Amino acid sequence: MTSGFPTLWDSRSFGQALDAAFNALVAAWGETLEWFFMPVLRLLRLMEQGLQTLPWWVVLAGLAGLTFWASRNWGTTALVGVLTVALGLLGIWNEAMATIALMVVATLLSIAIGVPTGILMSRSDRLRTVAMPVLDIMQTMPIFVYLIPFVMLFGPGKIPALLATIVFAVPPAVRLTDLGIRQVDAEILEASRAFGASPRQQLFSVQLPLALPSVMAGVNQTTMMALSMVVIASMIGAGGLGYQVLQGIQRLEVSRGLMAGLGIVFLAVIFDRIAQALGRRMQTSLHQEG
Amino acid sequence: MGDPGIRVEGISKVFGKTPAKALELVRSGMGKAELLEKTGHALGLHDINLTIGAGEIFVIMGLSGSGKSTLIRHFNRLIEPTAGRILVDGEDILRLDEPGLRNFRRRKIAMVFQRFGLLPHRNVLDNVMYGLLIDGVTRRKAEERAREQLALVGLAGFETRFPAQLSGGMQQRVGLARALATDAGILLMDEAFSALDPLIRHDMQLQLKALQAKLQKTIIFITHDLDEALLLGDHIAILKDGTVRQAGTGAEILTRPADDYVARFVHDVNRARILTCGQITDRAIRVDTPGSVDARAPIETAFAAFAQGEQAIAVVNGNGQPIGAITWQRVMQALAGR
Ligand SMILES: Nc1ncnc2c1ncn2[C@@H]1O[C@H](COP(=O)(O)OP(=O)(O)OP(=O)(O)O)[C@@H](O)[C@H]1O
Ligand SMILES: [Mg+2]
Repeated sequence: MTSGFPTLWDSRSFGQALDAAFNALVAAWGETLEWFFMPVLRLLRLMEQGLQTLPWWVVLAGLAGLTFWASRNWGTTALVGVLTVALGLLGIWNEAMATIALMVVATLLSIAIGVPTGILMSRSDRLRTVAMPVLDIMQTMPIFVYLIPFVMLFGPGKIPALLATIVFAVPPAVRLTDLGIRQVDAEILEASRAFGASPRQQLFSVQLPLALPSVMAGVNQTTMMALSMVVIASMIGAGGLGYQVLQGIQRLEVSRGLMAGLGIVFLAVIFDRIAQALGRRMQTSLHQEG
Repeated sequence: MGDPGIRVEGISKVFGKTPAKALELVRSGMGKAELLEKTGHALGLHDINLTIGAGEIFVIMGLSGSGKSTLIRHFNRLIEPTAGRILVDGEDILRLDEPGLRNFRRRKIAMVFQRFGLLPHRNVLDNVMYGLLIDGVTRRKAEERAREQLALVGLAGFETRFPAQLSGGMQQRVGLARALATDAGILLMDEAFSALDPLIRHDMQLQLKALQAKLQKTIIFITHDLDEALLLGDHIAILKDGTVRQAGTGAEILTRPADDYVARFVHDVNRARILTCGQITDRAIRVDTPGSVDARAPIETAFAAFAQGEQAIAVVNGNGQPIGAITWQRVMQALAGR
């Protein structure tokens, strides 16, 4: 080392202290946390096994039905149906079902965490100032960095994969909920206050309905973020399509990687279409024109 | 319960980080511009005192930035004052706690907004029911009441439309119906008709007058349009830079402006249409020529008779009894603004 940057503080022993502290934390809290997340793990397993044991045509009908209900569009429904069948044709049905289960649970939890956090943030400028950089860090920090503590706490498996996915997928839901609420027309909110609406009534009668397009855009982004995590998450035992890609790399099998990769793309399209249609549907039911 | 009506006592409002300190500076003589430049605080209102009678239309008038919106938002505490008191029927509303304030807003005071402030995702009926539902009234009762109000403002049959499907005038009638639905005694209207076309606007003014004759609410009406103020207002307050320059009846303001600003403000108004014959009647004169004018009619109704060469025209009260006469000279004085 010749750069000559002065050693102003002892970064190495700071690192050691941090590691020691975290190890102590793992020792003290690891089991409690594992117990705490047990229900989530059960839900995930149940969903995965459910999707894998159902006959393929039930899953197909379910996805197509959901798409049609949300979009009222035969074209979109046909696209989702064809892509779902393609998952089976590629021979990756079971892996795809595992990935769907992980994604659905991760997305639902991200929404359950992200939307209320966004609501809180829209109500406090101070919280927003603190939270914004944290959200930036959550999204820009290389994902592998939080795999380390999660794996240490829970051991390799589905739970750390799920948590890492959530950390990555939550920010858009938070951000766009906050933004949507802050952009609500001030006069409409004022009208609601003038008629004596409590903060809760303001939230449910004005702020959330008017912020919904933005919230749904956030939810859609959250879904895509979650999907983009599946390969990395599979490195710590999430299984599914990502694991096939990983094996393709390890065994140098181009075909395996390619097929799983295509499967991920198909899932992305399926989820994107469904999420968009759901968003539009919620919007039109709020802004009916006739 | 104290005196009915509303009293505004020494209301001041400074916007900024330390409004109380900034207000001290204003009290020791610092002007609005200097305050903004030196401390970054905006003086919204300064020492406003008003008495608003129960059941009257009280118009607050002023140019853009004079503090009208700031003032009207004090009556339902959408804005909190830096100093002063507001008594509604003798009760200081600034003392109300959160639940008390909510109840006050739900039952005693309602508001109509310049850009309507309707909920775009709810239909007309649901919008009109809004205040009632907020107050926990059952849906059935709220709906019944909302339908009555819609009929009152001439919008029966539009219940299931959405705000975006209606013209501006119709949207504002929905806003008015929503405000009337809670049966509040006080109605706040912040430039309620300013966003409408002139013709529709005039319709709405007449409709409001007709409704008021029936409902007898206490209405605080904001406008920057003098003709509107004179047409609607039982009393008018003229606001400039956050202070009241003059408060009185339309005739008082026209005939005895308190200062140069008010005089210039009212300079261009069509006095012949605003001042009434009764206001310029000389009670000492009796004329016996045929023909007479009603004391409540605008001066311009007498023009035709003067054009025939009459020197003085009899003025009669509502019962047809003569109360005096108006002369050429009086008419000319009134039109000249003296
Ligand atoms: N939230 C605020 N923060 C700082 N200054 C404000 C705020 N609200 C109003 N003001 C200032 O107070 C003054 C009065 O504003 P207000 O909106 O009451 O005027 P107005 O008479 O309603 O004008 P307009 O006809 O344009 O609606 C203005 O100088 C304005 O800049
Ligand atoms: Mg205004």
